Amino acid sequence: MKADATLDCVGLYCPMPIHNTASKLKELKAGQVLEVLASDEAIRADAPAWCKATGNELLGIEEAAGEYKVYIKKTK
Amino acid sequence: MAEKVTLIMFSGDMDKAMAAFNIAIGAASMGMEVSIFFTFWGLNLLKKNEGPIRSPGIMRKMLNVMNRGGSKRLPLSRFHMLGLGKWMMGKLMKESKSPSVQELLTLAHQSGVKFMACTTTMGIMAISKEALIPEVDSFAGVATYLAEAREGKINLFI
Repeated sequence: MKADATLDCVGLYCPMPIHNTASKLKELKAGQVLEVLASDEAIRADAPAWCKATGNELLGIEEAAGEYKVYIKKTK
Repeated sequence: MAEKVTLIMFSGDMDKAMAAFNIAIGAASMGMEVSIFFTFWGLNLLKKNEGPIRSPGIMRKMLNVMNRGGSKRLPLSRFHMLGLGKWMMGKLMKESKSPSVQELLTLAHQSGVKFMACTTTMGIMAISKEALIPEVDSFAGVATYLAEAREGKINLFI
């Protein structure tokens, strides 16, 4: 998936991935896509929950070799 | 209006402080308005790590020497083992790139989490405003906490 920016959260545990995602997304414009790389499995459940709470769009989560790539589209 | 989360930090244990700050930072990242009411042993989280102990009277002085506080001095609620357990936990946290309590506190405050200090505890234990870190946003009592909490859906006592 194509992204406008990438955030590396590999090796970080809760709450750092969502905290960093929230900070990074502030730098993006509406409509842009952020790619979040993470290794903590919690991101699989936390990314959808975070997107639901903040109103941003979760485009998808890819999983490969214990690492996750999360794609979030900034809505506003 | 943003959803409100109110936490009561009653305990002065390092592990419980981490749980509280984790929840606070998470909630702030989800756009919620978060406040933490620090009372009783929880005020130890807000005490400065350095500086002299200036408490009037022998009993309060003794209390504040034994109960020194400061985010670096918090004991573990289990397996503290005179500091050995805490030292080991600190090592494990560093290895797993987890932020320390001080870092979590700073992060929470930077994320907009409001810190309220309980003036009753401060009065009884003779903890001056000068003994607390500058991140404290307000000094308040139970009514202030309740006014916040009744507007919130999430209230936790830690």
